[in-house]
Amino acid sequence: MLGASKELCGIRRLAHFTFVKDQPDPSLGQTKEMNLCQAIQNAMDLTLANDHTAIVFGEDVAFGGVFRCTVDLRQKYGADRVFNTPLSEQGIVGFGIGTAVSGATTIAEIQFADYIFPAYDQIVNEAAKYRYRSGNLFDCGRLTIRAPWGAVGHGALYHSQSPEAQFLHTPGIKVVIPRSAIQAKGLLLSCIKDNNPCIFFEPKILYRSAKEDVPIKDYTIPLSKAEVLIEGTDITMVTWGTQVHVLREVIQMVAKENISCELIDLRTIVPWDVDTVCKSVVKTGKLLISHEAPITGGVGAEIAATVMKECFLNLEAPIERVCGYDVHPIPHTFEAFYIPSKWRCFDGVKRLMNY
Amino acid sequence: MLYGTPLVPYKHCVKHDKFGKRCQGTTTTNTSSDQSSHKMMFNSGHIKGPISHQLKFIYPEDQPAIPIYRVLEPEGHVINESETPEFTDEHIIKLYKDMTLLNVMDQVLYESQRQGRISFYMTNTGEEATHVGSAAALNPKDLIYGQYREAGVLMYRGFKLHEFIDQCFGNAHASCKGIQMPIHYGSRNLNFVTISSTVATQMPQAVGSAYAFKRRNNGYAISTSTIEQYRGDGIASRAPGYGMITIRVDGNDLFAVYNATKAARELTVNKSRPVLIEAMTLRVGHHSTSDDSSAYRSIDDIRSRDQKYNPIVRFRKYMYKRGCWDAEKEENWTKESQRMVMQEVKQSEKMKRAPISTMFENVFDKIEPHLQRQMKEMNDHIRQNHDHYPTLSFYEQR
Repeated sequence: MLGASKELCGIRRLAHFTFVKDQPDPSLGQTKEMNLCQAIQNAMDLTLANDHTAIVFGEDVAFGGVFRCTVDLRQKYGADRVFNTPLSEQGIVGFGIGTAVSGATTIAEIQFADYIFPAYDQIVNEAAKYRYRSGNLFDCGRLTIRAPWGAVGHGALYHSQSPEAQFLHTPGIKVVIPRSAIQAKGLLLSCIKDNNPCIFFEPKILYRSAKEDVPIKDYTIPLSKAEVLIEGTDITMVTWGTQVHVLREVIQMVAKENISCELIDLRTIVPWDVDTVCKSVVKTGKLLISHEAPITGGVGAEIAATVMKECFLNLEAPIERVCGYDVHPIPHTFEAFYIPSKWRCFDGVKRLMNY
Repeated sequence: MLYGTPLVPYKHCVKHDKFGKRCQGTTTTNTSSDQSSHKMMFNSGHIKGPISHQLKFIYPEDQPAIPIYRVLEPEGHVINESETPEFTDEHIIKLYKDMTLLNVMDQVLYESQRQGRISFYMTNTGEEATHVGSAAALNPKDLIYGQYREAGVLMYRGFKLHEFIDQCFGNAHASCKGIQMPIHYGSRNLNFVTISSTVATQMPQAVGSAYAFKRRNNGYAISTSTIEQYRGDGIASRAPGYGMITIRVDGNDLFAVYNATKAARELTVNKSRPVLIEAMTLRVGHHSTSDDSSAYRSIDDIRSRDQKYNPIVRFRKYMYKRGCWDAEKEENWTKESQRMVMQEVKQSEKMKRAPISTMFENVFDKIEPHLQRQMKEMNDHIRQNHDHYPTLSFYEQR
């Protein structure tokens, strides 16, 4: 009886993907092995060191954070720069807007993306509109909001959400999602330095498992630039975050059937890199978009509509979206069946090729 | 005249005895402005304060802290006998068994998570008296909106061991059929609204359904201590700001929690006024199985405070003094409660999960057309790919 459950848990524990490392850019110099959470900590460490206005706050960040992303920062930079907030997301973001407006480089942590909603009004009606409504007299461009994001295996309804689509629809904020440690550090530093309020979602399932040799210096990766990870000729695949690694595996699976796929990591969800995606679809004629969030109104819908318009005559098949179902992400014991697994993506590839 | 508001006659302040009965009394406002008090006519309607001609700030630290009501001392004796609730020995034993069974279940299920048998768990250790004492004072039909660390309320009301454990295993018998993480219990029959992971969301909802609610102050929001969360005198001090009656109680004293909740309930029912109860307790365990609280607090400190103030120990000492419990009964119950929990765990663990189609239910009251289509898509996919989903055998077939 113990056996059944242990086996079940053992299987449940296996992630639905295999993390694939990137190689660091040699021109960036010396590297150190870091996982996703250490790379993020490193980005904040460099920011606090080089920018005396910078502050980091959120729930439980003082002792290091529930995912340890803020470990050692308070000891190094002091309690007035790295501090806990009360349990109030609306307060965290509202306060962060205030500090940003007054010139502090602000990094505000929301403990889980699932809990960002009390701050939704502050983000949508305040942060996003600050520059617009004041005719550029005021802005909160120095604000970056970070939050753990996405499926983690057992997070159920309140520790698994990927709400990027809810912010895609709001002009004025940038939304960025990294696939790995090297990417996370560079993208987070770009968000921090960008003159617009940014939301940086961190795939929590990758915090420990995504280990790479990360350059130790301060470097940035441009926002609104998608990255072609694998070149191919038959199908364009677009995704972000953890799902990048799922699709890598799908590409290997279909390569056995001589199907050549081009894999694009969108990286910045909004404003997204239309040119890179369309250039690829013009070449392949087929597009598959995949994301964990439910399919209806997800980011995939926006990409599909835009590509349909820009590349209509290049398309050889209807655009495929392989996503979560329209149920609340993610029902606990049904996670394996909810997510856009490699098998569901494989089916999507077959539909495209057989159209 | 300044604002054109109608003149409002000034009323004398009234004193209330502890059960809210109004009694005649002298004004309790500042004596210095007594003369001006009946000259005070300009106000914004509901403000009853006198006019003052002296610039004077109110410093919260100058206000006396709200006292903590206690009946049962940590050593198990009652200071003021007239405050002891009238419980029979049977009821006392039930209260004790509810608290201790919860504690045993917590230990077993916490361990189960560590062994990989369930994915997550949160204990209630140290807070058992607030749960059980308050639940005992309510009517079984009173609707409760619980937060994630209030399982003792369900235990008191009769939620069965297997119901707790089924939900933690997420099997087909769980109240939410495996949709939510462990410890997210709910029961329509027991009038306990299903728990969600979010905090404080329940309050406006509860206001909609009830007039009395309890706010538990266990010292921490994960690692943020209450001093960091609340600048003023805890939570109870906020109530007057909202025009609410309030009391602060020793949350580790079951009798005090019971008395306060019972009295508060009477107030809400008879006077239709909200009451805030701040129950002072201590979260002895880690926040959850995902937390190691030694990172932000001294484990020795927690241990010594728990040794002194633990609610179960205190109650047991009382029971020994009262003569309705003894070392032999304690030993037998310890064995029995552990056996009960282990047995249920063994059963729950063997049970299959609900059919996979369950995930499409209850998004709306019925499964809408787009969800029917997606469900069919999923079933087709699984049928064609069942080898790739090895866990299928753990689910009931529809």
